This record gives sequence, C-alpha cells and structure tokens, in this order.
Amino acid sequence: MQTIFILIAVATGVGVIVFMSGLLTSLQANFIKRVLTSQPQIQLIPPDEVARPQLVSVGDLFVAAVVQRPGQRVRSIDQWQTIRDMLKTWPEIITVSPTVATSALAIRGAASRSISVTGIEPDVYFKIVRIPDYIVQGVPSISTDDVLIGTELAKDLGVGLGDKISVTAATKASRLLTITGIFDLGNKGANARSTYVALRTAQALANLVGGVTTIDITVTDIYAAETIAQSVQAATGVEADSWIKTNSQFFTAVKAQQSSNTLIRFFVGLSVAFGIASVLVVSVTQRSRDIGILRAMGTSQGQILRVFLLQGGLLGFAGSIIGAAAGGGSLMLWHTFSRQADGSEIFPLILEPSLFLYSVLLAAITGVAAAAVPAYGAAKLDPVVAIRG
Amino acid sequence: MVDATPVVRLEGVKKAYGVGSPVEVEVLHGIDLELKRGEFVALTGPSGSGKSTLLNIIGLLDRPTSGRLFIEGRETSGLNDTELTKLRGHSIGFIFQSHCLISAFTALENVMMPQLAAVEFPNEAIRSRSAELLIQVDLTRWQDNLSGNMSGGQQQRVAIARALAMNPALILADEPTGNLDTKTADTVIELMRKVNLKEGTTFLIVTHNMGIAHRCDRILEVVDGQIVKASTKV
Repeated sequence: MQTIFILIAVATGVGVIVFMSGLLTSLQANFIKRVLTSQPQIQLIPPDEVARPQLVSVGDLFVAAVVQRPGQRVRSIDQWQTIRDMLKTWPEIITVSPTVATSALAIRGAASRSISVTGIEPDVYFKIVRIPDYIVQGVPSISTDDVLIGTELAKDLGVGLGDKISVTAATKASRLLTITGIFDLGNKGANARSTYVALRTAQALANLVGGVTTIDITVTDIYAAETIAQSVQAATGVEADSWIKTNSQFFTAVKAQQSSNTLIRFFVGLSVAFGIASVLVVSVTQRSRDIGILRAMGTSQGQILRVFLLQGGLLGFAGSIIGAAAGGGSLMLWHTFSRQADGSEIFPLILEPSLFLYSVLLAAITGVAAAAVPAYGAAKLDPVVAIRG
Repeated sequence: MVDATPVVRLEGVKKAYGVGSPVEVEVLHGIDLELKRGEFVALTGPSGSGKSTLLNIIGLLDRPTSGRLFIEGRETSGLNDTELTKLRGHSIGFIFQSHCLISAFTALENVMMPQLAAVEFPNEAIRSRSAELLIQVDLTRWQDNLSGNMSGGQQQRVAIARALAMNPALILADEPTGNLDTKTADTVIELMRKVNLKEGTTFLIVTHNMGIAHRCDRILEVVDGQIVKASTKV
C-alpha cells in the first residue's frame, strides 16, 4: 500500500513537472517564434549623426554654446558589402540580409496612407522574417515593380492583388508598384504600415543607390544574440542591436519564466525526494527484523545498501514513467480542448522526447539519492538488535 | 581423512557492555570452549546467564571484548565486517526460536536466501538445492507457500532447511523448540539429529529443555557468564 501511495506521489510530481515544462516550453517557443519571425535577431544600423560645436573652450576662454542634435537622415552603412561578406563566414551566423528602410506615402486615387517601405533581397530576407508564412493572398514574390502590403493597408486603399499603387518617398522619388501579395502579420498597426519591395526599388525611393540602411542577421543560438552582436560591433565598427536588447522587457519575461519553471521543478523534485525518503525510512523500520535475518544469513552491508538504493531508484523510475505519461497526456488533452475564440489552437504544442527522458532519469536519480540515508541506516543495522526486535 | 580442526574454538573470550562507562557490565568472563566436527552439543543455563551472547559471538553476529575466536581454524578478531559476513554466510547456519523467516517469501525463497547472498543472482542450481533441502525436511508440498502462512513446526523445518543451505560446518540453534508443542519439538530435534549424523554438521543448541539437552552428545551449562559444567553422554 505504501509503495502504491509513493508511486502516486512520484507520478504526480513528475506529471506536474512534465505538464508545466511542456506548457511553458511551448508558450515560450511560441512567443519567441512570434517575436523572431517578424524581426531579425541582430540588426546592424548606421551610426547616428551628431553635431560637433565649431567653437571650443581654450584656456581661460569659455565659449557658451547650445549644441542641437541634428535630425537623422537616411544613411547607408559604409562598406556594407564587405561587412556582409565577412559576417557570412562566421559560424555562429546563419543569415545576413541587407535591407533599406524608409518611409513613404502610398496613394491610390483619393486615398493615401503613410507607410514604411522595406527594401529586401527576398531569398535571404525571408529566412529571417518569414513573410511567406503570413501571405493570405497572392505570392511572396517581388520584382523591381512589385510590392507586398498588409491586409489593413489594402483595405484602407481599397486595393487587391494586381492593383497598382503609387509610392512617393520623402525624397520626392516616386514609383508605381503592382501588389503581388497581401500579408497578415497578426498586428493591425503592422498590417496598416508595413510594405516590402525589392532592394533596388527601395534604394531608388530613398535616394540611396548602392546603399543599405540596415543589415539583418540570424544566429544559431538566439540566447547568444547579444554576445554575438557585441562581437559584430567590435569587428565591424557598426552599431549592432540584438533582439535581446531591443526587446529587453520581453527577454526579461522569458528569463523570469525560465527561472520560475526551474524553481517549480526543483521544489516538486524536492518533495518527491522527501516522499521517497520517508517511505524508505518507514520501510527500513518495518523490515529491520528481515534485514537482521538477511545479515545473519550472510548478506553483506553493501548488498543491503544496494537493495534499498535500488528500491529508491525503482520507485523514482516507475513513478516517473507513470507521471511522464500522465503529464504528457494531460497536456495534450488540455491543448486539444483549450481553443481560441475562432477555434484555432492557442499555440503549437512542443513535447520533446528529451523532456520525458530527462524527467524519468532525474526522478530515478532523485529516488536513489533520497534512498541514500535510509539505505545507509539499513546497512548499519546491528543484526542482533534487529532480530531481537 | 577426517579434518581434526575444531569447528569452533574460544580462548578466554570475554564480553562486556558499556565499556569505559560507569555502567560497564561484563557478561562473559573468559570462556574457553572447543566444538569438534560432527558434535551435537546443548548449551543450557538460566536466563541472563550469557547463553545468547555467547551464541551471538560464536555466530559472528557480535564481537568479543577480548579473547580469541576461531571458526574452522580461522582466527576472527582481525576480520572486517565484510569478511565476517562472508565467513558467517559460508560456515554458520542459524535456527532461531521464532524461526525468523521472511514472511513475504515462500518456503523455497527463504531456503534460497543464504545462497543468493553468496552469489547475488538466482540460478537453477540454487533452486534445485533448495528444493532438495525442503524434501529432506519433508516440506516438498509446501515449497511455494508463503512462510507466513505455515504452522510453527513447518516454519521451523524451513528454518532448518535454510540453515543447511550453504552446507555449513556449524549450526547454531537458539531455543529451536521454544515455541513448539512437545510432539512437534520432538520431530524438529529428530530432524536436526538426522542432519547431524548424515552431514556431519556440528550443532550447538541453546535450550532450557533438559529433555532435549539430554539427547545431545554434550551439555554445557553457563552460569553468570562462565561455563560451569560440561557433561558428556556416556
């Protein structure tokens, strides 16, 4: 009966760990996916323009001056092709994509809207920001006279696939572009403002022929993005912002979630360990006479020790198998029945086999560790005292 | 050729409890004793005289405070716990008053136990030897019964079979018939005697029952921690 109770306790503990870990991992992966599939992990940007005072204080002569920060015009990153080619050789960098970002006015008949134009090389840029995944009409293909627009902008301008819109930049440069695709980024503001054109088109609109305003990068380890960004900045002299820096609050939330998950796992693991230990302590007390008999019959202290360690390990192992299955099953059940208002899933469920493997392994190790004290006590029992009771 | 080495030899064995404390009590005062191979010996004496302590020391379950103990010619004072356990497992069998079987095990499993302690993993040889021993004590039909469900006499016969499992040179029996009725007690003593004569196993039987003591080859009487009388059957 005791064994059944402790198996239930271990199974519950491991079930909670698997459920919580699976849920939080899926939630976190979904958040990160949403953030990182709509923005680069590292972005290289040209340095800010600063005003330098013409007069400086010399000796006792004090010059009073007000230095105003100048407005930032669209500028290119110097030597961007060299920088791009160099960064492509870094093993920790996956994709390098030059882009031109500028603002413009989209006009269709009497309707006009302020938009943000991003000039891209689709082949590489779509590996960073997965626009094709968000296309709801048309195709994610852009030639020099094409444009991809958001659903809100399409609605505001009253346009559809194949329609033409006039795009006029602040430089007065203007292009007539054909809508080849309409996307839904899941954000109304972004759908109303974001547009994507070919890099050359944006260069022409921004009057930045041959230049780029940003270089977007993805890396192998998203959590190392800030360290890599610092290395990139040190190597190129160009300011590099990581997603961790630009989304510091989000990243803090992710970290806090990871910490709370670890804490939950630790304390649940601890309670499981104490549960196993208490059962084994009782078991040693109840079986002390049997242990004494075994010792009298030639069973060594080491054999007694191993029996109880094995028992602890088996309790942890068996309980965790049940718990992992129950936790995983509960999570799948919850995921099946918890839906958004439109019936779609709240977020994709990620249940890595390694989660089950590590949970079972950890529970077995915890079981052995928890059994150490009672096992030692059992091995050290004086057989004469134990038999006499 | 018969091995003349005594199965047990004690030289000036003393045992005290609470050594170094104000309540130090010496319960054995320099015991000298020799048990030869194939002897069937009774150990008698009043309660509290030190019989069980002496039995525990001979059974390597306890250590003497001073003096020397030899089991099959091997001096035991320098042995560590593992070595003592191994020697105990191979050379000494125990029969306790309350049989001391593991109630969750079957009769067969109880008999297999000392052999398993020696080899760790069960095998067919262990199983068949244990089954043979249960035939010897006339419990073939009961071998798969849980020992907790057997009668006192049956349990004591299982305990005898278990004590014989490692074919030990010495069997120590602590009041083996104490919990049995006269008829069953008689059967158990007969069985032990049969084994003694057939296998040449030395028996040291602690008993208060003088009827049983007189069926032994030799009677040792312990009083106040000393062997005060040793009589041999004519």
